[in-house]
Amino acid sequence: MNSTATPARRQLHLPPPPDSAFPYNPGSLLSVQDLTLEQVNRILSRATALEQRDPLTRDRILAKRRVALLFYESSTRTRTSFELAAKALGADTTLVSSLSSSIEKGETLKDTGLTLRALGAEAIILRHNSSGAPWLLEETTRLPVLNAGDGMHEHPTQALLDLRTILTRLNPGAEQVSAGTLSGITVTIVGDILHSRVARSNMLLLPRLGARVVLCGPRELLPDVAALAGPGISLERDFDAALRQSTVVMMLRIQAERLAGMQIDLQQYKASYQLTGQRLAALAPSALVMHPGPIIRGLELTAGVADGRQSAILEQVRHGVAIRMAVVERALTATGKAGRA
Amino acid sequence: MTSLVIRGGHVIDPSAGIDALKDILIRDGRVAEIASPGKLKSANGAQALDATGLTVAPGLIDIHVHLREPGQGYKETIATGTAAAAAGGFTAVAAMPNTTPVNDSPEVTRWMLAPERGAAIRVYPIAAATRGSKGEALNDFAALKAAGAVAVTDDGHPILKDGIMRETLAAAARVGLSVIQHAEDTLGASMNAGPVAFKLGLRGMPPEAESSLVERDIRLVTELRDARVHLHVAHTSTGAAIAAVRQARRNGLRVTCEVAPHHFLLTDEHVSQYSTHAKMNPPLRSAADRDAMIEAILDGVVDAIATDHAPHATHEKEVEFENAPNGITGLETALGLCLRWLHKEWKLPLGRVLSLLSAQPAALLGLKGRGTLAVGSFGDVFVFDPKAEWTYRAAENRSKSRNTPFDGWTMQGKVRWTISEGRIAYDSQGNA
Repeated sequence: MNSTATPARRQLHLPPPPDSAFPYNPGSLLSVQDLTLEQVNRILSRATALEQRDPLTRDRILAKRRVALLFYESSTRTRTSFELAAKALGADTTLVSSLSSSIEKGETLKDTGLTLRALGAEAIILRHNSSGAPWLLEETTRLPVLNAGDGMHEHPTQALLDLRTILTRLNPGAEQVSAGTLSGITVTIVGDILHSRVARSNMLLLPRLGARVVLCGPRELLPDVAALAGPGISLERDFDAALRQSTVVMMLRIQAERLAGMQIDLQQYKASYQLTGQRLAALAPSALVMHPGPIIRGLELTAGVADGRQSAILEQVRHGVAIRMAVVERALTATGKAGRA
Repeated sequence: MTSLVIRGGHVIDPSAGIDALKDILIRDGRVAEIASPGKLKSANGAQALDATGLTVAPGLIDIHVHLREPGQGYKETIATGTAAAAAGGFTAVAAMPNTTPVNDSPEVTRWMLAPERGAAIRVYPIAAATRGSKGEALNDFAALKAAGAVAVTDDGHPILKDGIMRETLAAAARVGLSVIQHAEDTLGASMNAGPVAFKLGLRGMPPEAESSLVERDIRLVTELRDARVHLHVAHTSTGAAIAAVRQARRNGLRVTCEVAPHHFLLTDEHVSQYSTHAKMNPPLRSAADRDAMIEAILDGVVDAIATDHAPHATHEKEVEFENAPNGITGLETALGLCLRWLHKEWKLPLGRVLSLLSAQPAALLGLKGRGTLAVGSFGDVFVFDPKAEWTYRAAENRSKSRNTPFDGWTMQGKVRWTISEGRIAYDSQGNA
């Protein structure tokens, strides 16, 4: 061996990358990356089956099973749709929110989770302001944990309902997805991507079905490293150029609660990134407009666009209930070893 | 006083150039005689340890540990931390000042050194550079040195103000103390910045948060033009910081650095399941930075391996990643990891591994009579089987805490005895 040459270093055997024991519970949904395409298909087809089922017999599926909703952040869509989904299958639900529980008195996530388990909860739906919190909850309770949004990290059911919305609009009747289902489709995600769990879940899920994901936003809200998050992701800072390529345009809210002191010039932001009727008509007249909500009319998009014919925003909300029925059913009925993508 | 003889072992003492079968006699806490097997002149009546088939080396020295006393005894005590150190082959540790209260006074320094603390091996307190480690007002370095402090630092709180850092370097040099800088700006972030942090939705510390501070400190050392100034960079984790140290040395400055085992073994990928045992400061870095640490150790830029042993209670680490305290334990895994990876895998000669863990750190902080088996030096010795492989189990720790990413890892090199100033501080067969 040549003692002065550094190339020898490249041949060094290194310690192995970390193993993952997650998910511990096969019913958990922590990240879209935990799902195989086969499991995505299963969720999509169960969503349709459960949606079509007679409500009077559907509520026998999880009759009297106990599901806890543990919410450390406010929520309208996610919380209500998870609750309606669980109840539609007959489950009893209980809501624990950080402002009206012992969490205010300093109880830890671990202890809150163990308490819910002792009360008979068979699955926990968790929304938390810290990225990774569902991992901690699953490890300490070993219950099925459904990630309903963790910090800036992931929101897997949102990506699944967004996928169902896209499939319904662009590929009517598609029940089964494969690695090529969305080939030729460009999904542009616009705005505060840095702080968005919706953006991360979508950018990690949609390319696996063949979609191209284009991320668009100013440098403060969209760091260059975002393009390295996975395959099929690229950056386009110019909104007009991004719109021209878009089959789907997904608008995001600026998350004021996560800016951590960052100053954003809203007038300039709107000039560069607001989706207006004019922009849409000129650059993407047939694109599907999506938004995970809550929308701020007059900021990231105009009221006219939100209410316009290209908007699928309320369809997304509707798909949310179907997807969450499938995911809650899976949480309480999954057996065997958890599968990983 | 008592005498101890270690017979028949293979003695490796890099600083004295010994690499042969020898018997060692320790009397009154000091190395009294080293001779070929059976040739000791005055071993009569000494307690004898049979080291046949084993290696005998100067006790290891860790210049960066958190023993948590005073004030945080639920994480570790001086007694449990030094017991862990002895089990890991260490005979001396330098204890960081971020205790409660901060060790910024001769009273706290002396309290740590009092016999009632029950230290199993030698403890060298490192005092805070500034009052309360707040980075504002300098402490009385002469008084701290007289009380037993061997260096000053605000570890965990980098000294950011240029003026305060310049004064610290100058004042410490006047009394012959080293300045140890924790070069990492910590605000609001919990892991290395980069693609992994983005993907995990965690706020990141960029590598420049370390290297720019190291570069600033080196500029201050250059401007002081005083050969007595010694800057030591704690737990170096980035290739850019190593490059700055390398250049400073070429320019003839007294700038040294240490690297922790986790920074030459792990990367930010180990955070991927939000394990709080992968959370420390400086954070686990990219693969490129990790590779730069390995290269820097192999090519000799690194002056010492130091563990940054940072015990935390289980309940403190069982929280959301962002809310968990920084740090992992290290005293009981350092030797096993260094021999398994630096020596066995990457072919760093055994003598050089041992030197990075004993003679070099002793020289760096000027710990007289440590890190060597030369006659007259302290009877600090550890006896081990350098080839034995074993599996580390955190549950069997001597440390009070279990916060380690290395649970279940294969280690190489099993300690048989650790002898501190002639007393058996650790015996793997439980007779200590």
